[in-house]
Amino acid sequence: MARTLFDKVWDDHVVAHEPGNPAVLYIDLHLIHEVTSPQAFEGLRARQLPVRRPDRTLATMDHAIPTQLGKLKVVDEEAATQLQRLADNCQSFGIELHAMRSENNGIVHVIGPELGRTQPGMTIVCGDSHTSTHGAFGALAFGIGTTEVEHVLATQCVLQTRPSTFEVRFDGTLGMGVTAKDLILSFIAEVGTAAGTGHVFEFTGSAIRGLDMEGRMTICNMAIEAGARAGMVAPDDTTFEYLARTPSAPQGPAWEAVVARWRALHSDSDASFDRSMNLDASKVEPMITFGTNPGMGVAVSAPIPSPDQVVDAGERAALEKALRYMQFEPGRPLLGKPIDVVFIGSCTNSRISDLRAAASVLRGRRVANQVRVLVVPGSQRVKRQAEAEGLDRVFREAGAEWREPGCSMCIAMNGDNLEPGQLAVSTSNRNFEGRQGRGGRTLLASPLTAAACAVEGRVVDVRTMLSEGVAA
Amino acid sequence: MSTERQPFINLTSRIVPLVIDNVDTDQIIPARFLKRTDKNGLGSCLFADWKDDANFILNQPEATGARILLAGENFGCGSSREHAPWALSAWGFQAIVALSFADIFRNNALKNGILPVEIQPAAHTALVAARAASSALTITIDLSSQTVLLPGGMTTSFPMDPFARHCLLNGIDELAYLLGFEAQIGAHEAKSPPLGWTPDGQPNSEPFSRSAHFKRA
Repeated sequence: MARTLFDKVWDDHVVAHEPGNPAVLYIDLHLIHEVTSPQAFEGLRARQLPVRRPDRTLATMDHAIPTQLGKLKVVDEEAATQLQRLADNCQSFGIELHAMRSENNGIVHVIGPELGRTQPGMTIVCGDSHTSTHGAFGALAFGIGTTEVEHVLATQCVLQTRPSTFEVRFDGTLGMGVTAKDLILSFIAEVGTAAGTGHVFEFTGSAIRGLDMEGRMTICNMAIEAGARAGMVAPDDTTFEYLARTPSAPQGPAWEAVVARWRALHSDSDASFDRSMNLDASKVEPMITFGTNPGMGVAVSAPIPSPDQVVDAGERAALEKALRYMQFEPGRPLLGKPIDVVFIGSCTNSRISDLRAAASVLRGRRVANQVRVLVVPGSQRVKRQAEAEGLDRVFREAGAEWREPGCSMCIAMNGDNLEPGQLAVSTSNRNFEGRQGRGGRTLLASPLTAAACAVEGRVVDVRTMLSEGVAA
Repeated sequence: MSTERQPFINLTSRIVPLVIDNVDTDQIIPARFLKRTDKNGLGSCLFADWKDDANFILNQPEATGARILLAGENFGCGSSREHAPWALSAWGFQAIVALSFADIFRNNALKNGILPVEIQPAAHTALVAARAASSALTITIDLSSQTVLLPGGMTTSFPMDPFARHCLLNGIDELAYLLGFEAQIGAHEAKSPPLGWTPDGQPNSEPFSRSAHFKRA
């Protein structure tokens, strides 16, 4: 029977499935970080259980670590205790840990792929909703809660009800200044934040094929923002070329064998999805959000929608509440709105291609007076690569802060945060109320758009600057 | 299977209305409270930022003692933080009645004995109106029959995953259930192809030291 990519990966990992119960699904790779794991390890200790597969568990410190260069002091005692707890747990249970400032440290969804641990056909979980990122490699990757982290530590399995499948097809060529971030923001703006509930997306079409792995990761990263359990892209030569350069890639005949296996990981041509949707990537413009969830987005030059035009009462109330919080007027575009902060980073957009894109706009320019610009690479590897290319100098000369890796101002747990009322253009994934700091206001956008806004000190359409001769 | 949890018994309670769509887990518990290393004491962090508003529903006397939260569409979207159900539970909530839930939140709620009750729009509208008319409104949620009993004898049913229902009704612990598959898990590991990478087996190459990174001022 014809199967989708999801079906193939799922079927390969069902350990047991009793009638009427959820499936027992085997997990190939379990990623952990300091925030969602301590209570799970406590649970293991209470039951006197070992970690079943420490060799399939990989830990990093990312959410609460400081990102200021040269600064090693953690924001507060609670955070320091939490980081120490992760180090102790990894030591006790024999788990590989990439501790703060160690050479491969970074955001969990950046280091898994770049170290080559994320691979096609795997099942991957983490106590973190943006685990969907790893689906860019044709893995089935999803976020879980801490109780489930304990389940995986103890049994290397989770209980899962089989989700439905949803093909999201993007055909066409991206316009100038339009990136993977704009594609996914436009999709979420179109379908809303709950369209994917109960589903796994497979992103297909020529526009997805045309993206590099980092662009595909940006797309899958935000699958959760449309409510999906996971997002997937079938692996292809782009995937294999990326993986061949990773440090733990097998060599010689072992590599040939694994690639041959990965090539079977695609949806059969006659496979059917429970839902599907076709989108024209060539019509997508640079996007920006105006509200308090990632679905509240528009093309950067388009007006903010008016609550009067929304029929559904719940949706209208949510829009009114969002505009009150954001202090925006409906019916007018955001273009020209003065901003206070630009944040370039997060598991969505902190990889080398994101930094190159931002640097392409900032090279030879200055960030506007009174605008604070933070550039936070996703990992130590990304940081070293950027420095080797001189990007750190471009950022510094433009007046931006070049920082150490971490989640930083995406979740604002580490001391990097907005002040009440500040307006930020951010390359992260969530514009929820207070997400980047209590009372802070977030506009989500691509690294290109964020860099352009940094230069102008207000919301701008990056295309006006690209046409002045800056390559994207 | 061990039975460590308290079985879920029928719940009769007043309700707290928070009928807004897409309430995300960053609102339920802001990230600054995620630095805790245990599950306890999070009740005071529930909706911490929204509680700044004196008119917020949880600041009203009628919220005290209520065990049921009435929400809108897509409740619990966003972050996977299980701190959200921990905080709801610590505050005293035992069930959330809504039009729909985000997937991860629904899972996390069930694992902490909070019942996600998804009802149809007509029943939801009626319930919102009845609560608006009387803050003393009491409803009963019956898990075994999967029904909500509204005042005036009206009832509405709600869907529930049969396994989750079985676990809740009998206080069954899911980890104990999973551990029962030891033989099958071992068999799966034996037949699976090797991973396309070799673990380096070098845990903790650079150990973290709390004292190096945090000193009391």
